[in-house]
Amino acid sequence: MEFTENENQKMIAQMVRDFADKEIRPKMMEWDESQEFPVPVFKKLGDLGLMGVLVPTEYGGSGFGYFEYVTAIVEVAKVCGSIGLSLAAHNSLCTGHIMYFGNEEQKKKYLTKLATAEFIGAWGLTETNTGSDSARMLTVAEKDGDHYVINGAKNFITHGKSGDVAVVIVRTGAKGDSRGMSAFIIERGTPGFTSGKKENKLGMRASETTELIFQDCRVHKSQMLGQEGEGFIQAMKVLDGGRISIAALGLGIAKGAYEAAVKYSKERHQFGQPISNFQAISFKLADMATQIEAAELLIYQAADMKNRGERMTKEGAMAKYYSSEVAVRVSTEAVQIFGGYGYTKDFPVEKFYRDSKLCTIGEGTSEIQKLVIGKSILA
Amino acid sequence: MKILVCISKVPDTTTKISFVDNDTKFNEDKVQFIVNPYDEWYALVRALELTEKQGGTITIINVGPADNDQIIRKALAIGANDSVRIDGNSNESFYVASQIAEYAKTQGYDIVMTGKETIDYNGAEVGGMIAELMGVPYVSHASTLDVDGGKATMKRNIEGGYETVEVTGTFVVSCQKGMAEARIPNMRGIMAARTKPLTIVAPVNVAQLTSIKVFTLPPAKAAVKLISPDNVAELVNLLHTEAKVI
Repeated sequence: MEFTENENQKMIAQMVRDFADKEIRPKMMEWDESQEFPVPVFKKLGDLGLMGVLVPTEYGGSGFGYFEYVTAIVEVAKVCGSIGLSLAAHNSLCTGHIMYFGNEEQKKKYLTKLATAEFIGAWGLTETNTGSDSARMLTVAEKDGDHYVINGAKNFITHGKSGDVAVVIVRTGAKGDSRGMSAFIIERGTPGFTSGKKENKLGMRASETTELIFQDCRVHKSQMLGQEGEGFIQAMKVLDGGRISIAALGLGIAKGAYEAAVKYSKERHQFGQPISNFQAISFKLADMATQIEAAELLIYQAADMKNRGERMTKEGAMAKYYSSEVAVRVSTEAVQIFGGYGYTKDFPVEKFYRDSKLCTIGEGTSEIQKLVIGKSILA
Repeated sequence: MKILVCISKVPDTTTKISFVDNDTKFNEDKVQFIVNPYDEWYALVRALELTEKQGGTITIINVGPADNDQIIRKALAIGANDSVRIDGNSNESFYVASQIAEYAKTQGYDIVMTGKETIDYNGAEVGGMIAELMGVPYVSHASTLDVDGGKATMKRNIEGGYETVEVTGTFVVSCQKGMAEARIPNMRGIMAARTKPLTIVAPVNVAQLTSIKVFTLPPAKAAVKLISPDNVAELVNLLHTEAKVI
């Protein structure tokens, strides 16, 4: 067993730190304030190969495994959760779905563009009334010759407006039937495909979240991923990998908040000494550090299994559940250590605190993760 | 065009400096090492710009132990073609320069590039020594470098202005700010770096001419003195007698 980062991970971490210092940190509060999704940053992330970390090199990707992917997300999220979330959603969901389930033609056509950020990807499963209960979705695709006609709407979709292409899971069979849904690749500009309301969010404000709306949207059958009826099962497998990335996102936020808190606790003096000298603070930091390392081990366990092609539904869910909760707890304690200053926008922990909450909700709530873990350990 | 870029391993700029062995050795414990920024940002990136435009190859050379491979890989990830590590271990400029010159002499490089200095020992000596040992011209502290056929033109920063220098044939140049913009390696570069050649060469015998007796840290910063706003005379007095700035 090895518990050290490989050479690639070290280099990727350094590369992301250099990039984030130059391109993300100086503007992130501005984007956060105005809810701007900074498309040019993602184009630059594409130039660096970070928009197709797992995509094989023959499709223009970087061809790395999950260890390197986790490192990339963690390092981005240590600086800005929003950019980390968008990076994770682009890589794991839209790109991941096509990479795992697309045919050769679809991979050549879309992965090459997604991996280089020529296209930014969106992925649609959730609807207004079906979040955790996604199998009861109402968006329907009806067959009409060689086409499917899609009607309905998807909700809380990352890159729903700025995305150039979306993978959308819609109903092609009976409601509640896990084999009654299919996945389609739909390009922006397809008639009948528009985006709706952009959400005004608590955190992750530079990561765009909108509705996707389908009104008699005709999509050729060649845009279907795999066979009719496989969409939901594909989606669950995509989410297995996606959980690693959201776990990494949570870990990055926790690390960012923790590192800021450690630094501040050494600089802030009260009663004639740095507050880190007080057990009230050092015990908090000890708890934070321990939880962060535990989350990291769970994530690398899941990543290792995924790299080896093993089924890791339980391990992925555990990593996602634990790491997300750690992100919230650690960033909450970080604000507490900063005291009044932590409540202001002059210090970074306020943003980590707001951004962290998404991790326990997006790509399966903590409760859904517990359901998955429970099902697995009791099977 | 065949370019040799010399890189050095230095502590990250945020490192807290401390010493061990009776203050004769830098404490490397938990220190993050990087490629010397002058070597990476200016020498290597300008070499890349030149070969991208005019064709050619870039070899990275470093003198040091196996731990240094990580910074050599970084230079390869940024875009150099191959690399050589001379397996010696000394921070003495003459030793390092002798190893590089000995290797470079036989390889037919058109240009040997270094940073203007390393950010740890700040000797700014190695480039000049390499040139002398190879018997070729040396241009130090260049902020531009252009190559046209067999002729190279460089701008040197001098007090209050610049001078423009021209060189023909093989030469050594030390590079500083202005030469190029730092590049961040991409994922493809990082992946490719794993398979690019890294040749380990045994060092030649070179006598160690100097040795470090002791390192001394500057005195810790004194606490800030607060002078009451209505006591300007005291402030002026302290600025004059203690800080000696007026």
